[in-house]
Amino acid sequence: MIEQITEMFQHSFMIRAMIGGTLVSLCAALLGVSLVLKRYSMIGDGLSHVGFGALAVSTAMGASAPLEVAVPVVVIAAFLLLRISENSKIKGDAAIALISTSALAIGITVAQMSSGLNTDINSYLFGSIIAMSQRDVIFCSVLSVVILVLFVFFYNKIFAVTFDENFAKATGTKAGIFNMVIAILSALTVVVGMKMMGSMLISSLIIFPAIISMRICKRFKTVMITSAVVSIICFFVGLVISYLYGSPTGASIVIVNLCTLILFIIIERIKKVIIRK
Amino acid sequence: MSTELIKCENVSFSYDSLSVIRDLSFSVSSGDYLCIVGENGSGKSTLTKGILGLKSPTKGKIVKSPELRSDDVGYLPQQTPAQKDFPASVFEVVISGRLNSRGLRPFYSKKDKMMAHDNIRRLGIENLMYRSYRDLSGGQQQRVLLARALCAGKKLLILDEPVTGLDPIVTEEMYRLILELNRKEGISIIMVSHDITSAAKYADHILHLNFEKSFFGTTEDYIKSPMGRYFFSEEK
Repeated sequence: MIEQITEMFQHSFMIRAMIGGTLVSLCAALLGVSLVLKRYSMIGDGLSHVGFGALAVSTAMGASAPLEVAVPVVVIAAFLLLRISENSKIKGDAAIALISTSALAIGITVAQMSSGLNTDINSYLFGSIIAMSQRDVIFCSVLSVVILVLFVFFYNKIFAVTFDENFAKATGTKAGIFNMVIAILSALTVVVGMKMMGSMLISSLIIFPAIISMRICKRFKTVMITSAVVSIICFFVGLVISYLYGSPTGASIVIVNLCTLILFIIIERIKKVIIRK
Repeated sequence: MSTELIKCENVSFSYDSLSVIRDLSFSVSSGDYLCIVGENGSGKSTLTKGILGLKSPTKGKIVKSPELRSDDVGYLPQQTPAQKDFPASVFEVVISGRLNSRGLRPFYSKKDKMMAHDNIRRLGIENLMYRSYRDLSGGQQQRVLLARALCAGKKLLILDEPVTGLDPIVTEEMYRLILELNRKEGISIIMVSHDITSAAKYADHILHLNFEKSFFGTTEDYIKSPMGRYFFSEEK
């Protein structure tokens, strides 16, 4: 098996997938902790559907670089989705579902009418291991540097805004800007991760690691670190499984995440029983 | 000796062109314990936001004394449902109160950590310091948030319904603790509350918000006023 894994890295597309995917997993996990704790997980899901719509339409219209079209559209969608979640708490989830299904429907219709459901669209929906280009890897690297710098230098503020926005605002932290920055960075992570994970599955990278680490971690700092580590390990295991057995990449990574979650729930239960005794 | 910390002059607030508070004037001096009472929708939360500077009044003005800097004001907001199961240690929560005096400097100093420890001790929650916030009871969580508020400011505390959801014994403890901070440490208190009886028992000033005519004055005058009489008539 080790032989096969070393062989795996002789393909340049695998090295790109490895580097790009690791960086995307790291970014998604860090952003995810904040999004999940603020009850904004649906934003990640909404963004990926809008991203698919934008990619499909721009591909159909023959744009040479569909990603350049998708990025601004998804960033605008991030603004919009955040507004909806902040202002109308009651109808927010319904509004996000409306936006994401509409974007998906428009994307599929335009794509099929123009060229038929070709492999491009299929790979945008469910991801593809060979989708990571050189440019995507550079994009991922820049994005993860930005996110890491942000999370190290503004860690305390991010904690304050995530834990208690009202208090943060009242004591002079500009909570609105932080929400916006996190939404925009999520949008960028979703767009670049979507090619490999598929737009149907990318939001799992944002949500799973945060939920998994919250099972057993009691401090915010350890939640952050654990979810980054868990996310990268799950990605790596999923990628290797997908290479060895030819299973779909995105789906394999999600299934590994699911298994990890179940494992962590069991650990949590056992810990509780031991403490009671 | 006591100086005026906050003065509201003919302040009006409106929400969606519907005016909530009209022509309200009152002031809070150092060492005061003011309770803001009133029924739902009378504008208690709006006024709190106004005092905190999160919402500007549509008319009139709220003047803060130059002595009262932004890092002198501590705030205890109402808890959100998302907060109750938040994975953070008590220490992490308490020290986050120090952020307002950090400005753009990203990391906490030794002094910040000492202040967090001091306030944890002051509220008698040392034993909880390394516990997770989500594993605490409602009363313990409120104490933690109060410690955070003290880290944020030592001259004025603004408390938004601090006893909501607490059982009667813990509620009483919380009120005592707040009174102690006011009497012993001279911290001014502005507390929003539903509970008029306890407000009258502990506070020295009452602001009763009512759309038509609000009352502001000392607690003694309040009990004698027509508004107060309505609530305290059985006791007389």
